[in-house]
Amino acid sequence: MEITPEAATVLRRLAAEHGPLLFHQSGGCCDGSSPMCYPAREFRVGQRDVMLGEVEGVPVYIGALQYELWRHTQLLIDVVPGRGAGFSLEAPLGVRFLTRSRVFDPAEQAWLDGCPPRIGPAA
Amino acid sequence: MGTTSQQLPTATLPAGVKLPIPIRSRYDNWIGGEYAAPARGQYFMNPTPITGQPLCEVARSTHEDVDKALDAAHAAALSWNTTSAGYRANILNRIADRLEQNLEAIALIETIDNGKPIRETMAADLPLAIDHFRYFAGAIRAQEGGISELDSDTVAYHFHEPLGVVAQIIPWNFPLLMATWKLAPALAAGNCVVLKPAEQTPVSIMAFMELIADILPSGVVNVVQGFGVEAGKPLAQSPRVAKVAFTGETTTGRLIMQYASENLIPVTLELGGKSPNIFFADVMEADDDFFDKALEGFAMFALNQGEVCTCPSRALVQESIYDRFMERAVARTRAIVEGNPLDPNTMLGAQASNDQLEKILSYFDIGKKEGAKVLTGGKRRVHEGELSEGYYVQPTILEGHNKMRVFQEEIFGPVVSVTKFKDYDDALAIANDTLYGLGAGLWSRDANTCYRMGRAIKAGRVWTNCYHLYPAHAAFGGYKQSGMGRENHRMMLDHYQQTKNMLVSYSPKKLGFF
Repeated sequence: MEITPEAATVLRRLAAEHGPLLFHQSGGCCDGSSPMCYPAREFRVGQRDVMLGEVEGVPVYIGALQYELWRHTQLLIDVVPGRGAGFSLEAPLGVRFLTRSRVFDPAEQAWLDGCPPRIGPAA
Repeated sequence: MGTTSQQLPTATLPAGVKLPIPIRSRYDNWIGGEYAAPARGQYFMNPTPITGQPLCEVARSTHEDVDKALDAAHAAALSWNTTSAGYRANILNRIADRLEQNLEAIALIETIDNGKPIRETMAADLPLAIDHFRYFAGAIRAQEGGISELDSDTVAYHFHEPLGVVAQIIPWNFPLLMATWKLAPALAAGNCVVLKPAEQTPVSIMAFMELIADILPSGVVNVVQGFGVEAGKPLAQSPRVAKVAFTGETTTGRLIMQYASENLIPVTLELGGKSPNIFFADVMEADDDFFDKALEGFAMFALNQGEVCTCPSRALVQESIYDRFMERAVARTRAIVEGNPLDPNTMLGAQASNDQLEKILSYFDIGKKEGAKVLTGGKRRVHEGELSEGYYVQPTILEGHNKMRVFQEEIFGPVVSVTKFKDYDDALAIANDTLYGLGAGLWSRDANTCYRMGRAIKAGRVWTNCYHLYPAHAAFGGYKQSGMGRENHRMMLDHYQQTKNMLVSYSPKKLGFF
């Protein structure tokens, strides 16, 4: 997981206002494919959700089935001017987090395959 | 009403636009049959996607406004919940008539707010919404309860009763039509509603509420504008709603179920799809009307700029015709007329928001990185003049394989990902290799192929030798991660009704246990 400096600035502002946060990568229609940012205790992380990593100390999760389809790509959380997406915290600021992606090269993928991610919520 | 609103200065509208119903410079909430300013006095700026320029201000509501709307809804529910089906049906029919009389005016507002072509709002969004109100006006009058004779002296009566007050959260792709899909059955069944429009498209529902203000009793429908986290969330969390209906994406869908679990209330969720559109070789047996229709079916990925949950965003073409078919399909796609959504000739207008535009471009990026080949399009479209800051994308065909991200996630843009298949089994395997199951399309001249494939695809709606038809009388909803529940069709009433069973004994004799 990576985050752009612009998105990190927004994330720090949200953390100052709302406390600990988490991201959950969405799928489906409308604002699907967007990373949703919630107060950490707002969203119930499922037993099969996969933790992709952390950005600015904020954990990023994705659903198990979606992980299998996305695991060959690295995700970069960026921010763009925009409007709304579900209940994600940044919408009132007039910006929207956006997931950008790149494909892991074979060496990176082999390394990743050797370090399986954490499954489920933090202990 | 309208105490804080005034007519918009024409300078902020796209040039040359005359509105039969004006867009106000500021919209408050609609509560208890009139405009109500948001409790905290805050507003957000709403741009038009056509030019990217500010269009109007809209109430930025908070939980205080949601509570006020719920107060109004519960007050209205005391009488509305027990009105007769005939009374409600008459109201729905009058709403339909009023919309029909103002079709062009509302279609224009919808196009300005959403960016979709006026051709589509005039020919699809509004006529479908009008018909939807009429359908449920008829359906509620034709609905009957049940009587079961358990024995000669014992009868089970089954009555339909409204849930009470329900919450509805509306998406931005068909703002008024999706509101209608939720409102018409809820109102027909006797419920009152608090509705939260998408913050990207807040205007047409307000024009609609004003238009029908003298028809619908006060408080039966209340509209709370604002952001999801500030207005949608307290609505979805409220213990004062009997049900939540939501259209959107999967993570928010989970959060809404989580909130609903705290209140033990039902939800219906429509969460999108990645619909396959399957073309068997026999579609090219003749270059006739049917093949022409199939090519139009292919190009349907561009309808509504691809901002449709059932967008046929994966085309599967049998390999024996692949090259010839794609030559025609690319030509058909290149013939799509892009431009100003207000021009009646425009087929492809603006995406609904800047973030939507950015997301589509990010998918072009990952698609190319994964090795997808761009057969046509693949870029932002920058139009000349005042449209230059609007949110436009070229109609795009990507060629690749079904494991690519562009085949697995809903892009929600005018983008189709194309791959080939060998035979029936291969087509079925690819079609069902997806997390979603909302829609599918199927094209063949062989009725047996159509039937078997149609039944085997795991999707709630399989268009067979057609695509993107949305009649009120056909059930719509998803398998797998596309959600739960159905919309449209008489069966939708079940999602807005309780079943009351009265179990009556007409026997004077005791059972004999005690």
